[in-house]
Amino acid sequence: MEVPILKQGRFLIATIQAALSDADLLQLRRALIDKVIHFRSNGVIIDVTALDVMDSFATRTLRDITNMIRLRGADTVIVGIQPEVAFAMVQLGLTMEGVATALDLEEGLEHLQQRAAGKI
Amino acid sequence: MPVLQNIVVAIRSDGDIVSARQQGRSLAAAIGFTATDATLIATAISELARNILMYAGQGEVMMHRAEISHRKGIVIGARDSGPGIRSIEDVLRDGYSTSGGLGLGLPGVKRLMDEFAIESQLGQGTMVTVKKWLK
Amino acid sequence: MSSNKRSAIQEQRTAAQSTELLQELVAHLRQNRTQLREEWANRITEARLLTAMTKDELFAEATSVYDNYVEALATGTFEALQSYARNLSERIIPRGVETHEVVGIVLLLRDVLARSLFAKYQGDFTMLNRILDAYEPAANRIANTVAVGFVQERERVIRQQQEAIRELSTPVLQVRERLLILPIIGVIDAQRARQLTEQLLRGIRMNRAKVVVIDITGVAAMDATVANHLVQTVEASRLLGATVIVTGLSPEIAQTIVTIGVDLGKMNTVGDLQGGIEQAERLLGYKVVPVADTASS
Repeated sequence: MEVPILKQGRFLIATIQAALSDADLLQLRRALIDKVIHFRSNGVIIDVTALDVMDSFATRTLRDITNMIRLRGADTVIVGIQPEVAFAMVQLGLTMEGVATALDLEEGLEHLQQRAAGKI
Repeated sequence: MPVLQNIVVAIRSDGDIVSARQQGRSLAAAIGFTATDATLIATAISELARNILMYAGQGEVMMHRAEISHRKGIVIGARDSGPGIRSIEDVLRDGYSTSGGLGLGLPGVKRLMDEFAIESQLGQGTMVTVKKWLK
Repeated sequence: MSSNKRSAIQEQRTAAQSTELLQELVAHLRQNRTQLREEWANRITEARLLTAMTKDELFAEATSVYDNYVEALATGTFEALQSYARNLSERIIPRGVETHEVVGIVLLLRDVLARSLFAKYQGDFTMLNRILDAYEPAANRIANTVAVGFVQERERVIRQQQEAIRELSTPVLQVRERLLILPIIGVIDAQRARQLTEQLLRGIRMNRAKVVVIDITGVAAMDATVANHLVQTVEASRLLGATVIVTGLSPEIAQTIVTIGVDLGKMNTVGDLQGGIEQAERLLGYKVVPVADTASS
């Protein structure tokens, strides 16, 4: 299932659905990079509010996405990790170091705006 | 001990990983686990199913409700006929589980569940069994 | 006939005899139900058991225990007895009945019935022996089933109560907008630590908190497992976009954290709660104004 990616000004917002397979994640990675280049976006929000489970593959791929997008000069922020999912992640030992996280879309946008403003 | 609702999910593609964890979550909820515990169980299933796919190419995940002396819980088995694990000791040592994703993440799965057992024979396959009980 | 086959047949015969004998004794217990039950109720009162109950309640419960007891003997199966024991426990535990009372009354019933069997079969010693051989294992199993059922129910109730107490005693406080404080007091075990984490994460989401101050001034000691939970709580909070400040870290606990391999430098720690709150307010962009500077009217 393709992940919908919306353009909001200089930012892109990708909204993930619950039943996200590995192939979907890899497809998302490709699509985001294409769109960041195409739109010359400053930042990307990946909304995982609907994601029921975050396992090692998802974590690794989100980190890859963050790094690849950074190479294009843009920031990424993951928003909407559910309390139960966060709990499971830390028990599993997945900390997503190096990846910015925020509570929700609103916070995520604020984060990206601050980052964009901070850069000259 | 009566075994109710024995579910078997064949793991052959990454879509099956999603299917396995969704069924695991439903079963956990039906047994009476909290949302948090159901997430832990679904996450463990996701990791175990992915291991099967990555290291053996295919296998199956089985799950059922268990009841022993009034304790209710869930039992999950992840089985494959893959290459097997050379050193179970290595694979269970922490440091193999961190977010780098190197190795099988089994210490992490062990932390998520209450009971953990693993059997593996080189060239024959691997079977991981995990259990979680209602508090 | 081989000796194996012979002993197998022998076993079957003994089992069949045992069942026959049990049926005979069940018939006896049913026939004499009224007086045996009364004798038992008297023994209970004499032994000062179940004093929390009125005479009528005692009688009613005694009747159903008696009937279930005999039923278990008759059918040789114990599932029905197990559910009965659980139901009974659910009813009487809130009345303050204790384990030794439950075990006591079941053993008294066993004795009352055994004596009645002695009285009936005292003329025929062989028969008495055979009846007792059939009765004793079954009676012991019944006593065990009831006792275990009671204890399990009691433990379940205690667990529930403990959970409730834990929930009450660990409030997550919203002090300002976007700022939560979690004061932890007393002894924390792994389960409580886990519960704290869950409560905090839910609180962060509900209150949209950006900063959390976890104050552990009131925590005397922490083992490696709980220290680990604390670190996990900090990490999980970050995943929800919140910064955690830990205050009141004693040197001993700091040592424990370092021992489990966590870089304390990475953790945001401040000496005391007040300092922690001030730093939180700074992080949130509040201007911290000392009391002396506020305009006086």
